[in-house]
Amino acid sequence: MTVALSSREVAANIKSKFPDMTLEVTDQAVIVQSKDLPAVADYLKNSPEMDLSYLTDITAVDYYHYFEVVYRLNSINKNTSLVLKCRCYNRENPEIPSLTSLWRGADFMEREIFDLMGIRFTGHYNLQRLVLWEGFNGYPLRKDYL
Amino acid sequence: MEIEKYSEICAGTDPNVALTEGAEIEALKNASATTVISDPDQWLDEEIKRNVFLTTFDWVIDWARRSSLWPVVCFPACCAFEFIATAGPRYDISRFGMEIMRASPRQSDLMITAGTLTWKMAPQVKRIYDQMAEPKWVIAMGTCACSGGIFSNSYSVVPGYNHIIPVDVYIPGCPPRPESLIHGIQMLQEKIARERVNIKIPSLKEG
Amino acid sequence: MALKTEQFCLNIGPAHPSTHGVFRMKATLDGEVVVGLDPVFGYLHRGVEKLAEQRTYTGSIPLTDRLDYLSSMSNNLGYCLAVEKLSGIEVPERADYLRVIMAELQRIASHLIAAGALLNDCGAWMTAILYMLREREKILDLFEMTCGQRLTYNYMRPGGVAQDVPAEFMPTLQKFLASMPRYLKEYEQLLVENEIFLARTKGVGILPKDLAINSSASGPVLRASGVKWDIRKNDPYSIYDRFDFDIPTGQIGDCFDRFWVRILEIQQSLRILEQAVQQIPTEGEVASKVPALIRPPVGEVYTRIEAPKGELGFFLVSDNSIAPYRCHIHGPSLLNLTALREMTLGWKIADLIAIFGSIDICMAEVDR
Repeated sequence: MTVALSSREVAANIKSKFPDMTLEVTDQAVIVQSKDLPAVADYLKNSPEMDLSYLTDITAVDYYHYFEVVYRLNSINKNTSLVLKCRCYNRENPEIPSLTSLWRGADFMEREIFDLMGIRFTGHYNLQRLVLWEGFNGYPLRKDYL
Repeated sequence: MEIEKYSEICAGTDPNVALTEGAEIEALKNASATTVISDPDQWLDEEIKRNVFLTTFDWVIDWARRSSLWPVVCFPACCAFEFIATAGPRYDISRFGMEIMRASPRQSDLMITAGTLTWKMAPQVKRIYDQMAEPKWVIAMGTCACSGGIFSNSYSVVPGYNHIIPVDVYIPGCPPRPESLIHGIQMLQEKIARERVNIKIPSLKEG
Repeated sequence: MALKTEQFCLNIGPAHPSTHGVFRMKATLDGEVVVGLDPVFGYLHRGVEKLAEQRTYTGSIPLTDRLDYLSSMSNNLGYCLAVEKLSGIEVPERADYLRVIMAELQRIASHLIAAGALLNDCGAWMTAILYMLREREKILDLFEMTCGQRLTYNYMRPGGVAQDVPAEFMPTLQKFLASMPRYLKEYEQLLVENEIFLARTKGVGILPKDLAINSSASGPVLRASGVKWDIRKNDPYSIYDRFDFDIPTGQIGDCFDRFWVRILEIQQSLRILEQAVQQIPTEGEVASKVPALIRPPVGEVYTRIEAPKGELGFFLVSDNSIAPYRCHIHGPSLLNLTALREMTLGWKIADLIAIFGSIDICMAEVDR
């Protein structure tokens, strides 16, 4: 059975490695700031005690005041999982660092979120629309798209 | 098979190509989103046709045309698998002369549109239809092809193929059973059997 | 006199007989060898995630049918498990067994098409797929007996299944299980020692283990590269922990391994089905009492199942209303395509078609 790692323990672990980061913790997830995201993701993927090397899913949810991007990580060797979240508060031009340098699988998922929600992933080598065509007006999955 | 460095030139990453294609899609969408192409008017001539007999020449040509309709490959979505099942061993369309699915539109005369049409795919389907040689017929298979179906109020779905190409026979169903598809094909065959054939014989005088 | 060569861009377009749906590849070629590949999709993007926000929870089940239309039962199962986890609904035992039976029958049907389509792409025009369709029709007969549909079933509901199976279902299923091993043996004899098929698939399109994990591949594609990861064993859902079955893996991750893993999985599914048929309670309810309009409490959930093509996940966010606030569908086919470029560089166009066929995608799941 996949054990979902306790978000509080993981947050404490991350804090001990990166003391000047601000993290929030909920029951299910660890919420990081967008500027810290690449460092935390690198630590979670490459450190032997975490070994969360399998990125399962990237999603985005539109909560009117902010966008929340949800990353799901798994460890195949240890059979554990973790949810990492990142919020962007800027509704006009939301931006988040891209994780394509760590995981190839993030490529299409980030492009799809850019296409349907409008969140730009800085550092993505080819951020173009994926499922809709160039010239489509708007971002359909936003709550204010009719 | 080793290569040292793979090429970065791929027309895909050239943004100009994507923009021109996107502009084409938007143009087609603005032109056809609200208008519907009316069905080919062979059906409407029924009253007249009852009073006109087909000649033997017409009858022979129509028999040849309807008995070996060759469909073009146009398989967007789920209905495609009911079409493949119809071509399968149980509901064999080979007995209707149709097991040859031509990949090239120039060699086919029937387009069975099996699946939902999106605005992104619409210019390609229109191009395939335009490339088919006359006489050609279209069967709209499934509710997504007739009217958009379960996805009709989506932002990217064309509500029915008759917005971009003229349709001869509509087969509802989601997906329609192979028996329904065969019934639709037979209806089309009856329609073809009643067509008057217009063949222009080139005249030597105009040379 | 020096020969000058130029690279050439070829568009393998959306309407192509071998692209398993509407998929477009912009290939850069040096002669016949692929040196660059850029996939383009979205030709079947129907906006399912947005439509699901406008329908009730139960009303979105037909939408999930049409995601990977070759494995509709699995899609229904994943979605219903997500809704049940969000709302805390329990499922009766007979319904659980019926769900597992349907899901495993669906896995066999989907893998048969995958194997047949790969052979179709390699050039055995319609022969192999006609054999596979013959068996698939028997499975579709079983489904039609239960819910009246051949392709998009809409059979499962949050809390169980829509209706019980008729009396002639179990005898027909047992007859099918008894006859299937003979047909699998027939496929083995026809295919596995076929020189042309081996030459076209052995060693072609290798996906190394590290790249497979890094590009988030799942399902048979991941297992063929040597990673033993199956959600039915590693993160069991429903009652899969009561059955005894193996997880076949490949060695090197070439096209033949991906094909062979699917054939072995059909054998394991037959094993699960035999156990399920013996263990199923003969009587019982098939659905628990659930309100007509489900209103789950505020929260979010991600449930995943092992669909025939890989890990199918449903992420549902609820705000205590009758429709989901956000419904995200994690389709395996999109991620299995991530490494397509690495798999095909250096091979010829004909190998590109074979490699693409061996990944076995369904465009409706890629585009959603």
